[in-house]
This record gives sequence, C-alpha cells and structure tokens, in this order.
Amino acid sequence: MPVTVSITLNGESVSAVVEPSTLLVELIREHFCLTGTHVGCDTSQCGACVVHVNGRSVKSCTLLAVQAENADISTIESLAKNGQLHPMQQAFKTHHGLQCGFCTPGVIMSALDLIGNNPDPSEIEIRDWLEGNLCRCTGYNNIVRAISAGAQAMRS
Amino acid sequence: MHQFVYQRPGSLPEAVEQSIQAREGLFLAGGMTLIPTMKLRLAAPSNLIDLTDLTELKGIRQEDNAIIVGATTIHAQVASTPEVRDLLPALAALAESIGDPQVRNRGTIGGSIANADPAADYPAAVVGLGAIVKTNTRTIAGDDFFTGLFETALDPNELIVAVSFPIPQRAAYMKFPNPASRYAIVGVMVSQGYDGVRVAVTGAGPNVFRVPEMEQALADDFVPEVLEEIMVSADELNEDLHASADYRAHLIKVMAKRAVVAAS
Repeated sequence: MPVTVSITLNGESVSAVVEPSTLLVELIREHFCLTGTHVGCDTSQCGACVVHVNGRSVKSCTLLAVQAENADISTIESLAKNGQLHPMQQAFKTHHGLQCGFCTPGVIMSALDLIGNNPDPSEIEIRDWLEGNLCRCTGYNNIVRAISAGAQAMRS
Repeated sequence: MHQFVYQRPGSLPEAVEQSIQAREGLFLAGGMTLIPTMKLRLAAPSNLIDLTDLTELKGIRQEDNAIIVGATTIHAQVASTPEVRDLLPALAALAESIGDPQVRNRGTIGGSIANADPAADYPAAVVGLGAIVKTNTRTIAGDDFFTGLFETALDPNELIVAVSFPIPQRAAYMKFPNPASRYAIVGVMVSQGYDGVRVAVTGAGPNVFRVPEMEQALADDFVPEVLEEIMVSADELNEDLHASADYRAHLIKVMAKRAVVAAS
C-alpha cells in the first residue's frame, strides 16, 4: 500500500508517494531525479550510494525511503554553490582523485562525514574511513591525497 | 523485495501490540542485515515494525557499576561515547571494528544480537562481559541469550530494550576479520570482572561460546603464556571458504592471547 514520505532534501521540504519497499536511493534518483547518487553493488558494500541522513553518512541502498520520514538528507548535489565546486570536489579535481567517477559522489559524501568529526585526519584515518567505499580505478592513492587536501582547504 | 505493511509505532507497548497483531511481523532497527536479507527475498515479513521513534530504546547511560546501552543505539555512538571509551574501552573498540563507517552509522546493538549472526561481534561482548539483556518482559543472562545459529532465547513478539554491561576490571576484544566484510573469522573477548574471567569466542562456531579451560587458567594467572598448552578442539567449529575448522581453532588461541596482552 503506497505511503507518503516527507523529507528535507538538500534544504528543501519535499514529499512523495512510494511503496514501503522503495529504497531511499530510488526515492532520490527516480522520484526527485537527483542522479548524482549512484547505485553500484546494491548490496551495501561499495558505497557509491552514500548520502547524509541527519548529518551521518549512510548507504542509501540499504535504507527504506519510509525510514527517512522527517529526516534531513544531503546528496552530492548539495555541495556546489552557484557553479563553484565545494573545496572537497575541487580537491578531487586538482589531485586526480577520480578516473571513471562512478564511486566519487559516495566517496566525497563519506569523506565529508569524516571531516565533520575529524577536521585534520591522518592518512591512516582516511584509509580506515574509506573501508565502506570501493573504487576500481584509482588504487585509492589519489583519493586519499584529495581528501587530505580537501580537508586542509576546508580548514583554511 | 516482497511488499509489506510498514508500521512506525510511537511507543514500546504499541510496537509489541503491532507485532502480536501481524501475521508475520519483524522489528526493524538499523536494517543493516534485515534490508539486504529482504532484498534477497530470504526474509519476507508481512509487517515491518520500525523502531525509529521509540526513544526509550535509544542512548547510553551509566548506572551503578554498569554501562547500559539502549537497543537501538548505533555502533558509532557506542564507539564514540566518552563513558564507554573510559570505563569499557573494549566495548568501544569492538563497536568501532564492525563493518564500515556507514554500517556503524545505522546498525544497532539490539539488531545485531537479535539476529545472532555466528560471525557478528556483539555476541562476544554480551557473553564475554557477562552482560544482561533486558527485554519488554524480562531480563535474560548473556550466557543464556544465544541458543544456536541465528537463534536466540527471545520469544515471538519479545523486544530487546537494552543491554547492561557490568564494568570489568579489564577486558579486550581481538578479532581476525574477514578483510572484505569485517565480520569475525574469529573474535575473542577476554575479561576479568565481578564473576571472574570470561573468554567468549565468536565467528568460530554456530554461535558464541565460552572456553572454560582458558578461563580457569587465566583466573590463576592472567598472562598469555598460560594459554599456550590449551588445545581448542576443531570439532563442531565452522568451516568455509575463508577458514578451515582447524585454522579457526588455532586462531582462537592466537586471538585470546592477544586479547590477554591488550587487557593486561
């Protein structure tokens, strides 16, 4: 039986009528057409679908849309302002932190959760944090450099 | 995923009543296991009863000589709460070793122990620290809670409210994680507390178990050397593509010794 879900999505109050089995990532991509959040594995492993729910990074393929009722949700689309990349996005560009780019939105949303709690993470802390994000192109080195540089840019 | 009726009760009695009324209801906490299981159609509840709004199940508090963790407290909160880090660092470290940051931001202690995955970490804490599981109807000793593979002492419609961990003199958890999933191939919690020494093993058998020979040896002398001569039988241990039963038996001793060193 369809139900109404109301959320705050990137600062805007929105609602949609969905089946209870609809995943949060389906709500974001298919109902609100924000396709920056990707579906990679659909089994909670790859992290391409990471968004923030009430300030914490979560895998939106492993959350029902109805569970997010009344929640504050931020996606990769919330970062750039007036055509200006967010410092973390800019750092990924500068440091070549992506190749195909499929995992990048999830990696960046995950990294911003880390930086929110730990503004100056060590390389080991960054690598530990990225446990939930898989990248099949870069070998992670440039991702780690980009996150470190992005964190530094956000501090200054 | 099969269709289901989604319910979001506002109180504990309402949640239990909805479960009683449902043809085949399941409680939903963080959903880190249940939702993937439903996607695979290995679970198909008629009703999903979401515990999100039950504030009485959330949070961590210290009471007398125990840390009480509400059932829907997420792993990230257990790992970062100052009281847990100060008074029961073994539990904070265990919580921090579960899955990945996004799993720790959703997964809950109640969901973990109700699911009773043989390779989950929290069962080692519940048994290895001599915890008490509080439900809506009773209290269950940690030693009696896990009854088999994905089996617990919970009755149908019974809901975990909190887990009470007595603060030990010393404790440590060491695990040999599967490098992909971070589930324990073998995880061992060693503690010395009000009721003596406990050694609890997860990942190795169908459910968490204690190793009395190790406990007796450590009660006499809490040093890793006393575990050297103790043979752990590989009979009844898990065997899969990750590790043979013999290897798991070996890992139990290695992880137990490391835990003793870390706790000393």
